[in-house]
Amino acid sequence: MDKYIWRTDDTIGAVYRFEPRTHLLRPLIGAEIPAGFPSPAQDYIESSLDLNQFLIKHPTATFFVRVQGLSMVNAGINPNDILIVDRSLEPVHKSIIIAVLEGELTVKRLLTNNGCWVLAPENPEFAEVTITAEMDFQVWGVVTYAIHRLF
Amino acid sequence: MKKSEIFALVDCNNFYAACERVFNPELRDKPIGILSNNDGIIVALSEELKQLGIKRGTPVFEIRKQIARHDIRIFSSNYTLYGDMSARVMKILTFFTPDLEIYSIDEAFLHLNGLRHLDLTAYGYKIRNSIRKWTGLPVSVGIGPTKTLAKIANRVAKKNGKLDGVFDITVRPDRDRILAGIDVKHVWGVGPQYANLLHRNGFHNVLQLAEAPQKWIKKKMTLVGLRTVLELRGISCIDLEQDIDPKKEIVSSKSFGIPVLSLQDLREALNSYCIRAVEKLREEKQVASQIMVYLTTNRFKEEPQYANFASCRLPLPSAYTPDFLRAAQTILSGIYRPGYKYKKVGVMLSDITHQSNLPPDLFAPSYLDDRRKKIMDCLDSINHRIGANCITYAGIGKARNWQMKREMLTPRYTTSWDDLPLVKA
Repeated sequence: MDKYIWRTDDTIGAVYRFEPRTHLLRPLIGAEIPAGFPSPAQDYIESSLDLNQFLIKHPTATFFVRVQGLSMVNAGINPNDILIVDRSLEPVHKSIIIAVLEGELTVKRLLTNNGCWVLAPENPEFAEVTITAEMDFQVWGVVTYAIHRLF
Repeated sequence: MKKSEIFALVDCNNFYAACERVFNPELRDKPIGILSNNDGIIVALSEELKQLGIKRGTPVFEIRKQIARHDIRIFSSNYTLYGDMSARVMKILTFFTPDLEIYSIDEAFLHLNGLRHLDLTAYGYKIRNSIRKWTGLPVSVGIGPTKTLAKIANRVAKKNGKLDGVFDITVRPDRDRILAGIDVKHVWGVGPQYANLLHRNGFHNVLQLAEAPQKWIKKKMTLVGLRTVLELRGISCIDLEQDIDPKKEIVSSKSFGIPVLSLQDLREALNSYCIRAVEKLREEKQVASQIMVYLTTNRFKEEPQYANFASCRLPLPSAYTPDFLRAAQTILSGIYRPGYKYKKVGVMLSDITHQSNLPPDLFAPSYLDDRRKKIMDCLDSINHRIGANCITYAGIGKARNWQMKREMLTPRYTTSWDDLPLVKA
């Protein structure tokens, strides 16, 4: 289903859908095709690469968030990086998760040591948080990739 | 009589407020109010705000004191965010059944006929839990043999906390008792006027309405009312609407943030609505031949009032924006009177047909094989790729004094790279 029916007035100007709309097309085997001559490589072009397809398994459950702070630098997560978060995944021991902690979204490594849940930073200068029953805590989603700018 | 059917109505609970909460968990227990366009009245409320006795439609200035006292959070409507979250919910629903009708931004009817062999209550919980987990949004699921009863079941699911958001009325031997406990005014398709009529005639609860004599209902409430009564008896009369009706008309208009006096400002606003309307026309691959323009002052204010409209026909069906802009401005010049404080200007396109139905014309090239179509297609594809209104017409002006007021707008968390939710590391 790629067409949504909206019963709306003009107050909804634009509805953006989370679907691969911008494809980065990189032919696996590319070849300039000289006019008139069929390329000998033509039969070998199998498909093109779509980053969305590679990075996002569940588009409807996937969200992007931006990182603030230094507590996860040793996991390769730096300030201003963009994280890809898949809410449909179940967190397991050592998953990097987005958690709701006391009304705030935070990224940490989840450790589940014999029934006890710990949110662990990846930077010795920050402290672990052990989750207790009184805390306002929830798993928001599981981080699948970090996008870090290198130039 | 038709064979028996099974429908589910999936409805997001307090949808707008819930969307805000997903990205700002601090709002979890706070009363939230979402404002109308121009930030005037409250159009959507969280459960906590309803508990405070505040009603939908309350002007925000009337509750200034309560806002401070109860730490009520007020936001402008972030339709970009709500639209994206809604699309996610609807997409997830298609994993549960291919037969669905998107009824509004936050509700959809599902046809579950093929799934009778399943425990549908359990299936309802599966739907509810998936949407909750994948999007963070709470939904209620009502299941019934007709759309009208599915709506009622949904209401029960929402009101009765013990049910945890799912209710299947088809498996309840005590259906009559449940229907007897609900006022007729809550029935889908019964407006306030019919509700009054029914109350006056002794039909107070849904069970009484279901058992009302058909003749009387048909006489007082037409065939539509009769259909509702049959639906309440479990006879399905309203099918799933899945096919997109070709639009009969396209309207584009918004109220102004501040009253507009000058013809220049009105022209700019009208141009902007006109551009949007013709864009919609092209999105549906349609052409229109008729355009109407209307303008009005604010009838709720004690000021001189004026409202008028006029229309004109285009020489040929078109989807070329400049054709409509020219016509709209000519009409506006004709109906504009100086000295009034205008609240609203709008445009309506009608006499719409699909581009493929265009008859060939002997004397002029039709829109289809004209360079006008090429220009518009090119414009649309650039705007689609780079962003809405990347290329637009100078006639919408620069200052845009007339634009909507949305001062308490939250970020476009899911659709703009600059607005992504922040997480603390």
